[in-house]
Amino acid sequence: MRVKIIFFFVILNLNMANAETNSIDINKILKNLRCLICQGQSVADSNSEFAQTIKLVVKDQIDDGKSEKQIYKFLIEKYGEWIVYKPPFNKVNFVLWLFPYLTFVIGGVIIFLFMKKRDNH
Amino acid sequence: MQKKIIKFSIILLIIFIIGVFFIGLNKNSIYDTKDLVGQKITNIQLKHFSEDIIITEKDFKKNDFTLINFWASWCGPCRDEHPLLLELKKEKKLKLLGVNFKDKKVNAIGFLNDLGNPYDDLAKDELGKLSVNFGIYGIPESILINKDLEILKKFIGPISKDDYKYIINIVRK
Repeated sequence: MRVKIIFFFVILNLNMANAETNSIDINKILKNLRCLICQGQSVADSNSEFAQTIKLVVKDQIDDGKSEKQIYKFLIEKYGEWIVYKPPFNKVNFVLWLFPYLTFVIGGVIIFLFMKKRDNH
Repeated sequence: MQKKIIKFSIILLIIFIIGVFFIGLNKNSIYDTKDLVGQKITNIQLKHFSEDIIITEKDFKKNDFTLINFWASWCGPCRDEHPLLLELKKEKKLKLLGVNFKDKKVNAIGFLNDLGNPYDDLAKDELGKLSVNFGIYGIPESILINKDLEILKKFIGPISKDDYKYIINIVRK
């Protein structure tokens, strides 16, 4: 009996995890899209004509079964990378993505050398 | 030696940060559509304004050049560019496709009756969703394409006299 109950909860958990990965959060996408005619507002925050149209298009694309990546790709093709707040990782933007990690590593090396030097003294 | 490496790393880091800021601050962050020039338009399906037919990219291939103009009767600047569109209608190698954007049919017909109809074909986009395929974010906007469906130029805002001359030069070449 105990094994059956555990088995039931394991299956239930797996199903819930699957459901979470399959559903797309429309608000997350809209918050990552820049309203091109607004001052510092995302599509999610804006009520402009442009934002309203983009909201409809994103909703349609989700209904058509498009993934988050496909939706961004479509909009970047039409409006350029400027439309997304989170820039994609590519040859132009790689420094932007790698810089924090590089700083972290270089900083670590500097601290290590500094500590080593202090220990030697 | 270690001191030198640390000094060198710090200087390098400072130069890099200044460089990033310098490039970033000099970069124009206002949205423009220069990236769209040279791209081909694909998957176009526009509803005809009055008939129950769909205008696709195949229809554009018949023309040497097509100017796709997004307009509405409620749009003030659309009235400013209208006389120039009527002039462009006279060009034999250029076809004009008007896309009536988020408008009421009665008002759109009234607008064309009052000011004249420069369009060879007329489509409608009641919700504005189809215009997203053209990278439209406001009206009036116009896109000049060639036979190969390549975007030659995108005009944001009303067509000016300079834009008119630019179109004429390309079409008459």
